[in-house]
Amino acid sequence: MPIEIKLPAMSPTMEEGTVAKWLVEEGDQVEPGALLAEIETDKATMELEADEGGTVAKILVEAGTEDVKVGTLIAIIAREDEDADAVEAPSGTSDDASPEEDNEASDEETSAATADAETVKAKDEEPASLAVDPEVPEGTEMKRQSVREALRDAMAEEMRADDTVFVMGEEVAEYQGAYKVTQGLLEEFGGKRVIDTPITEYGFAGVGTGAAMGGLKPIVEFMTFNFAMQAIDHIINSAAKTNYMSGGQMRCPIVFRGPNGAASRVGAQHSQNYAAWYASVPGLVVICPYDAADAKGLLRAAIQSPDPVVFLENELLYGQSFDVPAVDDWVLPIGKARVMREGSDVSLVSYSIGVGVALDAAAKLADEGIEAEVIDLRTLRPLDRKAVLKSLKKTNRMVVVEEGWPTCSISAEIQALCMEEGFDDLDAPVLRVTNEDVPLPYAENLEKAALVKVADVVKAAKRVCYKD
Amino acid sequence: MAAKKAAATPEKDAPRVRVSDARPGLDPISAPDRYEASREELTEFYRQMLTIRRFEEKAGQMYGMGLIGGFCHLYIGQEAVVVGLQAAAKEQDSVITGYRDHGHMLACGIPPKVVMAELTGRAAGISKGKGGSMHMFSVEHGFYGGHGIVAAQVPLGTGLGFAHKYKEDNGVCVTFFGDGAANQGQVYESFNMAELWKLPVLYVIENNQYAMGTSVNRASAENELFRRGESFRIEGMQVNGMDVLDVRGAGDAAFEWVRSGKGPLLIEMMTYRYRGHSMSDPAKYRSRDEVTDVRTKRDPIEAAKQLLLEMGENEDGLKEIEKGIRAEINEAADFAEQTPEPELKELYTDVLVGTYGS
Ligand SMILES: Cc1ncc(C[n+]2csc(CCOP(=O)(O)OP(=O)(O)O)c2C)c(N)n1
Ligand SMILES: [Mg+2]
Repeated sequence: MPIEIKLPAMSPTMEEGTVAKWLVEEGDQVEPGALLAEIETDKATMELEADEGGTVAKILVEAGTEDVKVGTLIAIIAREDEDADAVEAPSGTSDDASPEEDNEASDEETSAATADAETVKAKDEEPASLAVDPEVPEGTEMKRQSVREALRDAMAEEMRADDTVFVMGEEVAEYQGAYKVTQGLLEEFGGKRVIDTPITEYGFAGVGTGAAMGGLKPIVEFMTFNFAMQAIDHIINSAAKTNYMSGGQMRCPIVFRGPNGAASRVGAQHSQNYAAWYASVPGLVVICPYDAADAKGLLRAAIQSPDPVVFLENELLYGQSFDVPAVDDWVLPIGKARVMREGSDVSLVSYSIGVGVALDAAAKLADEGIEAEVIDLRTLRPLDRKAVLKSLKKTNRMVVVEEGWPTCSISAEIQALCMEEGFDDLDAPVLRVTNEDVPLPYAENLEKAALVKVADVVKAAKRVCYKD
Repeated sequence: MAAKKAAATPEKDAPRVRVSDARPGLDPISAPDRYEASREELTEFYRQMLTIRRFEEKAGQMYGMGLIGGFCHLYIGQEAVVVGLQAAAKEQDSVITGYRDHGHMLACGIPPKVVMAELTGRAAGISKGKGGSMHMFSVEHGFYGGHGIVAAQVPLGTGLGFAHKYKEDNGVCVTFFGDGAANQGQVYESFNMAELWKLPVLYVIENNQYAMGTSVNRASAENELFRRGESFRIEGMQVNGMDVLDVRGAGDAAFEWVRSGKGPLLIEMMTYRYRGHSMSDPAKYRSRDEVTDVRTKRDPIEAAKQLLLEMGENEDGLKEIEKGIRAEINEAADFAEQTPEPELKELYTDVLVGTYGS
């Protein structure tokens, strides 16, 4: 069989090209790699080389021919042991990548695709509710704990239970954590499992992700999530997507955790809320707890999860104390919102530090005779859509409260959800109360003005109740 | 201004191997000997290298026919690197590389069929058609990808090394990256941690002289890349990556060093890619003569073939081998062309492992 030289596609978009110049003649001997012709594509002039050696038997398309379709037979090379003179050009040479055949094939594909569209719908069906918060029976002992202590306990308990769990990050070991969240862990678990990294976020996020791919369960602490921007490539391109790209082979059970959002007067570069960024990424689980009980129960669930989890804490909440059930196995379900306060007039939906703002606003509203229901989303991805829609059905009015920018935010997502799936339950437009749409300023007065406020939530709630 | 060191090109008279002395006062790694292969061993190296070459040529043709899309980076010219090193590796070792990954996969023993079917984006592809040329993985074969972001595989490989050490499984992670990738910051973050924690990682820079259209000299202040570990006290060696026996010899010494707990090691493999960076690279940044010169004087497969003939192998035997390879590759290509595309519902699978909430 002589070697058929067909016009190759030389770029992802090329469909036809010009055979600009032949660099060989019929009868020439060519070595593997020899240049045969210059081809002009849609982007550049490319050189066509021979994969194999032999004698140029036939040149079938003249130099200068334009609009030659990809796949057209343009030359024939006789192999070493073949007689070049005996090589015949096939009849009806030019188009061997028959377009009709191609069309037929794609028609079939189209109809197959239509048929499959039915199946595809299946993904919209919500999976049956899997889990609910564990019952906390009357009389269960409560322990008053700061969020900081709750997080530390969650890590320690998981580390006791599973020796593949380890913690790494800047200052997590010797220094006991920049915000003291890892306090005491080095002492209990030693240097093999509580690891100080150099100041190298991109590197250690990748190392953690690789270690997770290698079968460990890393907890990677970012001193704050602002510094995780150095590492976001690994969180998204490596940790979140690899399971998908590997057809389900490459597991990545890792937790990226640390404080997120505004702290106090640390300026624009140290105050950003990344919740919506991460929550927009398929392949990640994103958790953003408010109180200590949730911080503990959800961090334990995050460490146990077979998926990569972004766990967004809040520096201002670290020192706040809440009741945590003093039970052995306090693990909460991922993907479930929590009703923080029942109410029938308006729903206030929030997460993280915003929940505190919403609860304060609800108290104020109660004084004025408006009963607000407060929903803590807790998990931002996957979002508990049912819980949001259920509360909307009950109150018919909603305000979303978010310590973060409004654009492409979690609030925007909740508004879209209510429009798309709760339209008939709406008695007023869903409003959002967020930070101002500016980088967070340093000046005390300006910072205060920029952050989400209880008064604004009260105002918005009254507005949707048409009581302003 | 100090004169720049001469370009390190794989010339005929270039040294076979050089070592750095990154740890003054401590034992340096000694220059390894060229491997003395038996005829059977060399025949196997030849077979593997030729399989990669024929596979890549076929992939190139299939790209030309529109059966493969997007980016497709061929390994033609660099075959001796991965074949020589994999021959020195052990069962428990792991491998990770960038997007120029087809050769590494074949060298890890992954069947050409499932790789080719991934290139054509079919359900039978190794990533169910969801990864493509740059994103292929096989946990079963210790092959951890297949990564599209330049140098991302370097810390990931370091982490795989971390896991080897943590689990005490005596494994080494072979972490391949390019001369261009060697300029990314995360490489040095990884070097620092790997040496600090004495991780079992064998870093292999495949110096094929170019990062896309940028030659090493235009991008690197220190163009002797095997010295790039010196400030981390990581020993380096520069090896002729166009000779499978030099590579294998260096591989033996390197695996022994890393496996014995001395920490990571850096090898700069001097090699060359014959084709463009990817299929759509017109390759105007280098002369035709340069390519032809390497191809005619330094081709690793041709060299192995000559050596085999000197060792008494006959032409017919080699032809038989080649015929078998062609048949295997053609079969893989036919399979890749005919096997069906993924079902639409696969769009939604493998996003997460667990199921959560409502
Ligand atoms: C972070 C990042 N920057 C840029 C690119 C685009 N890119 C892909 S490959 C490449 C060149 C890499 O060259 P080298 O490391 O020498 O490897 P080789 O391609 O020669 O094997 C570039 C710039 C990318 N994929 N990722
Ligand atoms: Mg390169």
